Amino acid sequence: MSATDVSNRTATDSPASYDLPRTVRFGSLLLVVAALVVFPLVFTNPTITSVGVFAMIYLLAVSGWNIFSGYSGYIALGHALFFGIGQYSSAMLTSRFKIPAGWDLFALLPVAGAIAGLAAVPIGWMLLRVRKHTFIVLTIAVMFIFQLLAFNLRSWTGGSQGMQLPFPTWSGAYFNEPFYYIGLLAAAIALVTSWWVRRSKFGLGLLAIRDDEDRARSLGVRTTRTKLVAFAISAVFVGAAGAIYAPFIGSVFPQFAFDPSFDLALAVMAFTGGLGTLIGPALGALVIGSLQQYFLLQFGGANVFLIVYGLLFVLILRLLPQGIVPSIAARWRQWVTYRARNTPSTGVPPDSAPDVGRPFDVVLNQGGSA
Amino acid sequence: MLIAQAIIDGILVGGFYALMAAGLTLVFGVMDIVNFAQGALVVLGAYLSYALSVHLNIDPFLSLLITVPATSLLGVAIYWVLIKPIKRDRVVMSLLVMFAVATLIEGILDWVFKSNLVQVHASYVNKSFQLGRLNFPAIYLYAFALSVGLLALLYTLIYRSRFGRSLRASMQNPVAARMVGINTDRVSAITLGIGIGLAAAGGMVFGTTNAFNAASSYDLISRLLVIVILGGFGSISGALVAALLMLVIQDVVAVVWSPVWGQTTFYLVLVVVLLLRPQGLFGRRAVRAQ
Repeated sequence: MSATDVSNRTATDSPASYDLPRTVRFGSLLLVVAALVVFPLVFTNPTITSVGVFAMIYLLAVSGWNIFSGYSGYIALGHALFFGIGQYSSAMLTSRFKIPAGWDLFALLPVAGAIAGLAAVPIGWMLLRVRKHTFIVLTIAVMFIFQLLAFNLRSWTGGSQGMQLPFPTWSGAYFNEPFYYIGLLAAAIALVTSWWVRRSKFGLGLLAIRDDEDRARSLGVRTTRTKLVAFAISAVFVGAAGAIYAPFIGSVFPQFAFDPSFDLALAVMAFTGGLGTLIGPALGALVIGSLQQYFLLQFGGANVFLIVYGLLFVLILRLLPQGIVPSIAARWRQWVTYRARNTPSTGVPPDSAPDVGRPFDVVLNQGGSA
Repeated sequence: MLIAQAIIDGILVGGFYALMAAGLTLVFGVMDIVNFAQGALVVLGAYLSYALSVHLNIDPFLSLLITVPATSLLGVAIYWVLIKPIKRDRVVMSLLVMFAVATLIEGILDWVFKSNLVQVHASYVNKSFQLGRLNFPAIYLYAFALSVGLLALLYTLIYRSRFGRSLRASMQNPVAARMVGINTDRVSAITLGIGIGLAAAGGMVFGTTNAFNAASSYDLISRLLVIVILGGFGSISGALVAALLMLVIQDVVAVVWSPVWGQTTFYLVLVVVLLLRPQGLFGRRAVRAQ
């Protein structure tokens, strides 16, 4: 490979002294959670709460996706596969077992997630035999296999006619809210899982695979098993997102269940926020997921947000390849370093201040690989 | 007899798939870029030929004289503006950039031309020649001749020209190529231009033989990627063989079993081959040992 590849093999974990103060981090986290919880109580307009539901679905899916793709560095562009499996599981289970689509509907969430996770094991075992670009391309191809299967297996999926889901039994006055809160709860579980993975030995193995898979393997990381487990975990959450989406929309169609633009959406959100960070993808989902629905409601046609997505993704990759969160973190570290250098009490002579090259080097080496 | 007809159809259609796949694999060979926008660019080429034939009454084959240079220039521009500035993790980042470009093109085409299915028309589109009980549609024969001609031209360019020598040097070892004075950036830009020009040529054929809209690009790119992976990334001859093989298999399955399963076999063959031989049928570089 070319020499440029060497530059991304740097550790992401920064020294603790560079991190934001604990109180600031916990405070802002609490603030965001509180804002998300009261959001539908403040904005009761159904149009706005429906935007909120989509944001929650994306939040859940992206947080799940990030557990595999963000930490392992294997960019999966076919997770619409599991989104679709989740949707079809939900549709088939409700129609087969005559579930009356009341609150029981949400009991299907873990079931649909488990089905997606189980499906991910053989699929991942096959896909993870290859790396890099071949892996990306194969994930897309496998997603299209499933789309074709959904079109062709008419007796199971209804083919291009799609499937209808029963209408929820609760009052139309608060139609969106149950979907919103179940999405928020599931997303919270996904984020806690992501946080736990990040701190565990298992997660360390994933990060090692991202930085240098062959070396990780030689150091005793069971690379295949680690990747496969992460792949399945991510599929569970993306599948669960599908099981919220399907009853919310009320129908399932092959081209919307296995939708390539959903793959792009996940990647755009994760890259915007900061791939491989804990809260970056979540932030990206909240911002872009809401924007996407806003554009859809404002301009109607799907083509407008394809253009917006495409432009946005190009700009993000071009100008901010590390994403928002790592860039802000880098700025913060730069500022901390700068302040430390300019405070006389630390004993650093003031004439060392012109050495501005140092903090900049730190910035270049932080943020990890894409 | 039906099977013989299916094999002939597969070979004729495989010819222009080979053309589009050659552009894709060439670009990968030279600069390690998976041009995910190839499918969208094929559709762009089809729409350009369509617009020229509807508004200016230009024959689709003649329209290539306009669409191929225009899209080639677009390719050169994409290289300088989007690909060259990528500093780290080029393979993955460039794939994502091209994915974004594909979405952008799809969105713009859908916005300009709406999502109705259209087809490029010419007087000879529905004519065909008979040979015994076999049927040779005229458009497929012309398209096959065009593909063979362009592939021969590509071969001459790569193996019999000064530019081709620089190109092959950049393919084999970019650093050494730069050391002996080859401007690898220029070679890469021109190669991307050629690859995308081939996509536009393939797009004209695609547009005359299929009803299409902007969303057709996904189907195209997944087929092209299957062909290129099977042939082994970066191997042009591999792409040619894989294109003919896959299209023949698809058409035979469509006749023997049913058309809806023809396309699924396409992907199933990919899965089986990759399980047994992850580097593709003719892969030169081992994908696993990077």
